[in-house]
Amino acid sequence: MSQVVTAAPTERTRPAQPRPGRIGGWLRNPWGRPRFLPMFALLYMVWSLAPVAIAVLFSFNSGRSRSAWQGFSIRWYWGDPSLSVWHDPALRSALAQSLKLASLTMLISVPLGVAFAIGLDRWRGRGSGTANFLMLFSFVTPELIMGVSLFLLFVKLFTLVRLGTTAQLLGLITFEIAYPVIIVRARLLSIGKEYEEAAMDLGASPTKALRMVLLPLLLPAIFASFALVFADSIDDFIIVRYLSAGAATETIPVKIYSTARGSPTPALNALASIMLFSTVIAVTLALIVYRSLTRGERKGEGMALRDFAAQI
Amino acid sequence: MWLLFLFVLPFYVIVCVALGTVDPIFGSAQPQWDPLRWDSTAMRYVLNQTFLRGGIYQPAFIRTLVYVGSALAMCLLIGYPVAYFITRHGGRWKTWLLLGLIAPFWVSYLMRMLAWVNLLQDDGLVNTALLRLHVIGAPVHWLEGQSITVILGLVYGYIPYMILPLYGFLDRIDPSLLEAARDLGASPTRTFLQVTLPLSKQAILAGSVIVTLPMFGDYYTADLLSSSPRTTMAGNLVDHAINSPFVTRAAGLVLVMMIGLLIPMLYYLYATARATREAAG
Repeated sequence: MSQVVTAAPTERTRPAQPRPGRIGGWLRNPWGRPRFLPMFALLYMVWSLAPVAIAVLFSFNSGRSRSAWQGFSIRWYWGDPSLSVWHDPALRSALAQSLKLASLTMLISVPLGVAFAIGLDRWRGRGSGTANFLMLFSFVTPELIMGVSLFLLFVKLFTLVRLGTTAQLLGLITFEIAYPVIIVRARLLSIGKEYEEAAMDLGASPTKALRMVLLPLLLPAIFASFALVFADSIDDFIIVRYLSAGAATETIPVKIYSTARGSPTPALNALASIMLFSTVIAVTLALIVYRSLTRGERKGEGMALRDFAAQI
Repeated sequence: MWLLFLFVLPFYVIVCVALGTVDPIFGSAQPQWDPLRWDSTAMRYVLNQTFLRGGIYQPAFIRTLVYVGSALAMCLLIGYPVAYFITRHGGRWKTWLLLGLIAPFWVSYLMRMLAWVNLLQDDGLVNTALLRLHVIGAPVHWLEGQSITVILGLVYGYIPYMILPLYGFLDRIDPSLLEAARDLGASPTRTFLQVTLPLSKQAILAGSVIVTLPMFGDYYTADLLSSSPRTTMAGNLVDHAINSPFVTRAAGLVLVMMIGLLIPMLYYLYATARATREAAG
């Protein structure tokens, strides 16, 4: 037994196994023509992405196995009359619940967050620092702590709001609102006040300046927030799980959690893949929009992507 | 501005509840809203079991520290070279490499764990490959309470959160500083150790905080990749307690955790505030 355990580290990290050598070589000669680092980075990429790719691949397996390939089929998505995502009521409701929660969270928390960010930026009163601090604080609080306190909140105090979709939605909004606030504030900082002031000097009312000048300038940030919030809330697990009320309000991640160690079929992989696809679609759409909106501000291929990345 | 109240009020109530429910009157969780009548029996129980020798919570807390510590070290050892490479030598592949770094963010954490559950099954691809290569003689039960599986799961799960801030920070280091160091006669190693590394200290700290905070609150990685009492982490304790009649203990554990994590959390906020100020000029 002890032998197995001592042997484990080198085996299990198989993709990253050559690590000591790579780092040694890299420390000895960091500025030489980098030969080890590319390998290392490439291995990292493979290690970080391949398992997921394999999981997606096996969702198309025609057999029951999640480790032996038996041919391509979409049986687990559609074909199988009782076990596929489409026909198994539990999996189907998980999918519906996930999409519902993510869309609603996105639609509610982004406008709120944008207003909150503009408010924070414009209002230099006594409370703004505190408000900002609280928002950021909730952002860095480990989700477990957040989940437990929200659970207790709805069970013990706000008994009017019963566990289920409403509670999940409220919890998610509380947690996700920080994203649009942070993103929009960063954008506000880089825009500055000049455009708005110019508009008002030219006779626009504050509301009109906000609507005609500031909001269009904020559009990229707003779109980025939509994508981020959607992607993040569809993936959320802890808050949604604690605030769920039975099987009907379980989402995809909760389903994965409860069935992954049972005896799942590739339908679970299919369900997870659907979630992945929808996230990818949301993000790609947002990236395209973001790119076309910020065109002309910055040049260079991939700059928008880097910008986008920097905002996470 | 009214948004403020929409937001602060729930947050304030959350804090109140977390504090209140710690102190029950009956065995079942009964929140005590009046701070003056708080009762500390449950809290004392949690504290004793956590900090006294032989307490039932103690092994899990120590294990959590060990797991998070080793996972953090591995995140740094793997993450730093990767971020460094992409910053300095990304070249025309930079965009794609960056996309590869961001991609895990768009994959649900649970799905990435599910992927490993698939691979590490007794008849999974990892065992198959290792058997074929004759590294092992018999299939290893990776998912039956192996610490190493859980630690690597944590590394796999959270390393993107380490690399991206590291990248963002390294990317902002002015290359002319490094050229200056070289021009002044520093060896490449020395340039790295005395210029790059000190300059990225802040990023390393920030990345470490970002990575460790969720790790401390993690229970699903251990549940999915091992589900054995041998790998119980602090998060599992909370999860067990909240699904049991001892909800007060869950709240107590959460409070212990919260206090323990307060310093890194505040540090992170402080660092972000400083970065924002610098960005604002």
